Amino acid sequence: MSDSSPDDGFVTFDRVQKSYDGETLVVKDLNLSIGRGEFMTMLGPSGSGKTTCLMMLAGFETATSGEITLGGNPINSVPPHKRGIGMVFQNYALFPHMTVGENLSFPLEVRGMGKSEREQKVKRALDMVQMGNFAGRRPAQLSGGQQQRIALARALVFEPDLVLMDEPLGALDKNLRERMQYEIKHIHESLGVTVVYVTHDQTEALTMSDNVAVFDDGRIQQLAPPAVLYEKPDNAFVAAFIGENNTLRGKVDAIDGSTCSVRLDNGSVVKALRVNVEGTGVQSTLSLRPERVVLGEGAAERPNSFEAEVLELIYLGDHIRVRMNVCGDDEFIVKVPNNADGRDMKVGQKAPVGWSIEDCRALDPS
Amino acid sequence: MSMPAYYTTKDKIWHYTFRVICFAIFFFLLAPILIMIPLSFNAQPFFTFTREMLTLNPDGFSLRWYQDFLESASWRRSIQNSFLIGIAATIISATLGTLAALGLSRSEMPAKGLIMGILISPMIVPLIISAAGMFFFFSSINLAQTYLGVILAHAALGTPFVVITVTATLVGFDHSLTRAAANLGASPTRTFFKITMPLILPGIISGALFAFITSFDEIVVVLFVAGVEQRTIPREMWSGIREDISPTILAVATILVLISVALLTVVELLRRRGERLRGMSPG
Repeated sequence: MSDSSPDDGFVTFDRVQKSYDGETLVVKDLNLSIGRGEFMTMLGPSGSGKTTCLMMLAGFETATSGEITLGGNPINSVPPHKRGIGMVFQNYALFPHMTVGENLSFPLEVRGMGKSEREQKVKRALDMVQMGNFAGRRPAQLSGGQQQRIALARALVFEPDLVLMDEPLGALDKNLRERMQYEIKHIHESLGVTVVYVTHDQTEALTMSDNVAVFDDGRIQQLAPPAVLYEKPDNAFVAAFIGENNTLRGKVDAIDGSTCSVRLDNGSVVKALRVNVEGTGVQSTLSLRPERVVLGEGAAERPNSFEAEVLELIYLGDHIRVRMNVCGDDEFIVKVPNNADGRDMKVGQKAPVGWSIEDCRALDPS
Repeated sequence: MSMPAYYTTKDKIWHYTFRVICFAIFFFLLAPILIMIPLSFNAQPFFTFTREMLTLNPDGFSLRWYQDFLESASWRRSIQNSFLIGIAATIISATLGTLAALGLSRSEMPAKGLIMGILISPMIVPLIISAAGMFFFFSSINLAQTYLGVILAHAALGTPFVVITVTATLVGFDHSLTRAAANLGASPTRTFFKITMPLILPGIISGALFAFITSFDEIVVVLFVAGVEQRTIPREMWSGIREDISPTILAVATILVLISVALLTVVELLRRRGERLRGMSPG
């Protein structure tokens, strides 16, 4: 209701719940605050509730309970066409019977803008996405990437404060997708517009966002900047969903301040950072990034050090992925740079592996 | 027309038999219609070919029945009536049918099947039953033997065609387009006229043409509901055959055939345009 701190809470979800059938909740108790000018990504597997949240923000779905505010004002009862939010749809949703220029002009016409002003804004928006010469074309005459740019330009042409993007790059090939990620990021930076972006692609989320909300099972599992999300996952779901991750399972033996000892199923004891562990005696999942594991020389000096066996070598150009058996886990991955040491590895070879306490996070059992 | 080399004698016999059957079907369908066209140019008041016509003597042909049709006051009034009733009924059918199809295409619409069944029932219920029902109903509310009565009756008969063609067009309609329009700030009304209607227009027009043709050559309901004032072309032809047999009705029939062919051509062209537009929509 108040405009006291619009920068922290430009968009807020307050205890929002959504159920389609009146029985199961697709979104469970969502609390989220998005600052003005922020690039917020909602990341999660399909069915996690992220798209439903976006649709509630756009006004195409109504919240079963809770309140959504925009710029300090509740918008639950504002119809979609009065919200003034830009949106890029998954299938672009360009009007097929209109030219590119007419598509972009549409939101300006609706707002009763004069012809010369409209033409000027349409041209500026098309130039921004490097499609200045395409105003007279029809959407069907454009490639997927070009249609994507037009959809982006149309969502921005009426200068909304908030733009929603629903997996906009999903239909593009890999190279184009990467290029568009940078373009969208740069447009966001230069316009200062607030973006809420929905995707199931973690690379996309890490590349573009200021903050990422990881959704699963209708809840936000963790809300953090990309680096924190990757380096310091709060729970086993986030650790597994973001980036590559080694997991070791065991029971918490002892807790010592911020660290703890976990006894694995094969009897080895691992010292780990206590992140999400209730107490001694409970099950825990240990999360460890492959690039933080030291293999061979130097491994023995680490607080955690074990003898491991090479099971498989996967050549990936700049590095080699080594699948090893560590503490009874056959799926343990270590990344080794493609240099003399890496090339000399052989399947069946035994080597020590080691890692620091702070790189190994003791999380919930999952 | 060449047959594959592996055809056996039996295959060959069937090959020709099939062609003969097809030809016979087309002959029985088209011959009665096509035969009227030369007969309508008969110089004599007969329904048969005269010796002059068969020898292609120009004296055997004349446009007198066309002249008769256009000069007779009762025929002229029937033309006016047919177009007035047809166009008014078509406008009502197209409007109501389109709105009904839009409503029925929404996912939250309850009892879709039942409502659809009721809306298209005029197509399925025998016409004589509809006509008799309308006669009693309209008589009791003073609509019998009025223009409004005939127009409403024909609108009810034409609406199912519009509902069906527009529903079919909406199947390929991308509903994220209406969401996009709303998101860009367009009210539901504006969204309908600027986005939805242009895209489903081929469906509306072809449905409207079917509705118009239905009204234009409808006789049963007209016999029951219309008075002398509201006689349409088919009603006038019916009297023409019963009261004074004159080849004028052949001239009328020829003109009606031409109008029907023209309208069906428009329907086909629109259908193709619709397919092209739908192919254009992304995703």
